[in-house]
Amino acid sequence: MLIYIIKRMLLMVPILLGITVLSFGIMRLAPGGPAEAQMEFSAKASAEARERLRKLYGADQPFYKQYATWLKKFVTLDFGEAFADGRKVKDKILERLPITLTINLLSLGLVLLIAIPIGIMSATRQYSLIDRFTTMFVFVGFSTPSFWLALLLIYMLGVQWGVLPISGIQSLDTTGLTLWGRLSDWAEHLILPVFVSAFGGLAGFSRYVRNNMLEVLRQDYIRTARAKGLPEKKVIYKHALRNALMPVITILGLSLPGIIGGSVILETVFGIPGMGQLLYQAVFSRDYNLAMGILVPAAFLTMLGNFLADIAYAFTDPRVRLR
Amino acid sequence: MKNRLAVIGGILVLLVFVLSIFAPFIAPYNPSNIDIKYILVGPSFSHPLGTDDLGRDVLSRMLWGGRISLEVGFVAVGIATILGIFLGSIAGYYGGWIDSLIMRAVDIMLSIPTIFLVLAVIAILEPSIINIMIVIGLTSWMEPARLIRAEFISLKEREFVIAARAIGATDVRIIMKHVLPNGLSPILVSATMGIGGAILIESALSFLGLGVQPPTPSWGSLLSSGKDNIEIAWWLSAFPGLAILITVLGYNLLGEGIRDALDPRQRE
Repeated sequence: MLIYIIKRMLLMVPILLGITVLSFGIMRLAPGGPAEAQMEFSAKASAEARERLRKLYGADQPFYKQYATWLKKFVTLDFGEAFADGRKVKDKILERLPITLTINLLSLGLVLLIAIPIGIMSATRQYSLIDRFTTMFVFVGFSTPSFWLALLLIYMLGVQWGVLPISGIQSLDTTGLTLWGRLSDWAEHLILPVFVSAFGGLAGFSRYVRNNMLEVLRQDYIRTARAKGLPEKKVIYKHALRNALMPVITILGLSLPGIIGGSVILETVFGIPGMGQLLYQAVFSRDYNLAMGILVPAAFLTMLGNFLADIAYAFTDPRVRLR
Repeated sequence: MKNRLAVIGGILVLLVFVLSIFAPFIAPYNPSNIDIKYILVGPSFSHPLGTDDLGRDVLSRMLWGGRISLEVGFVAVGIATILGIFLGSIAGYYGGWIDSLIMRAVDIMLSIPTIFLVLAVIAILEPSIINIMIVIGLTSWMEPARLIRAEFISLKEREFVIAARAIGATDVRIIMKHVLPNGLSPILVSATMGIGGAILIESALSFLGLGVQPPTPSWGSLLSSGKDNIEIAWWLSAFPGLAILITVLGYNLLGEGIRDALDPRQRE
């Protein structure tokens, strides 16, 4: 087990390096560096000014030198400054992180809260009306474009009935509000984004719980539990559920990067200043430091999530032997 | 139960396919015909699904847009599948360092958020229909590669492969004639569902203004103009999104059905 952990951790190093090289390479391949992106609209900028900016960003250096400089700083956790406003990348990220984190954690909580009971219900009553209904719901949920659902809800709840705000994370003017008023204003703004981001996950997750549960219910130890006369409730919730939920750990591990990543498209639809929007802006203004500062930690979390999921799985299930 | 769903999926897929192919004959109007007398008119007898902000007929634009969306879906999945089969076969058949190399590349690709790859590549290539196909293809070959590799690993030690090697067949022949045809069924499922996935990505990109560019209609770019008019014209958003939902649903159901048919062991 220990050897496996060490091996996996060592393997993460070359993959992480590969990730940085690939994303750095793609960013640099893009025509027009940050100097061009910044001066695109100012015809007055002289050739010298452009050159100065290019030097400042290190864009006059060959690719491998730029990468080496960046990497050297990055391993000391120095993400550098954003090109656009010269502020520290770390500060810019920390500023955006809370809102994305709030939305994603709330929606993950919502998914777990709803999906587990649904999954259990449709597994214990396989082929019943409720199982058929959830099966259909799962397929529809998988196939629904999230931004379309967002638009429909904005139209119905925001425009038609006017019960919910349609964009942003707070009202334009909150100065007159009490603390409680501000909180409820904020909560109102979160309802739609949280619901829409939970919707897609809900379908997949409840299906996952259902299939695991069906698998477990076929096992011998469940038959044994029933045979020795345990009440069905105890069989389901004590013997079956525990085993069925174990693979859920894997999914939780895998959703780690998504929690900080933020969805570019949902943040665009709802006008939320989160991580997704920041990445989008960074890529299009060729803000290498900023883009890499978001991307590499996200990629690292993806690997870490995978890794933790495997380890946690092995710890909770003695049948799993990792080599 | 499952079979019925698969049949529904097949019907949906076929329906969208036929409507798109015959769009030029079915569409009541020219999709780029601007009519300033009918700007943002709701569903009516003359325009069943309403008109957009330039007075163009939404139904006609959706029928033509379906051609683009399906095209993107098929070509993107084609690229991803061919690339995946190629890399997956090599990794699975030869094993060793080349397998490690390819699988690490898969790990790297899977660790970088797809949206970044797509955004960054679009930033290089400029948005166009062809580039969208390439981008989606280049960012979704990992699953088919993994599936094919797993098939190769389990198939390459079978007697018929060993027999082929014993009579002196070349590696290329063994891969193409003996192993690959036996390992294709999981790919069929992933490709079918992949078409739905690619249509979703295309619509998301076009929605952000990074995919199919106006005035060319695709379901995503129609939704994008729907977003701008959401407060006054619900039909601009509702119908194209419904078309995406129905199409993607069709491919997902069909994919499940194929999985069931090919692999009776998973039947519940």
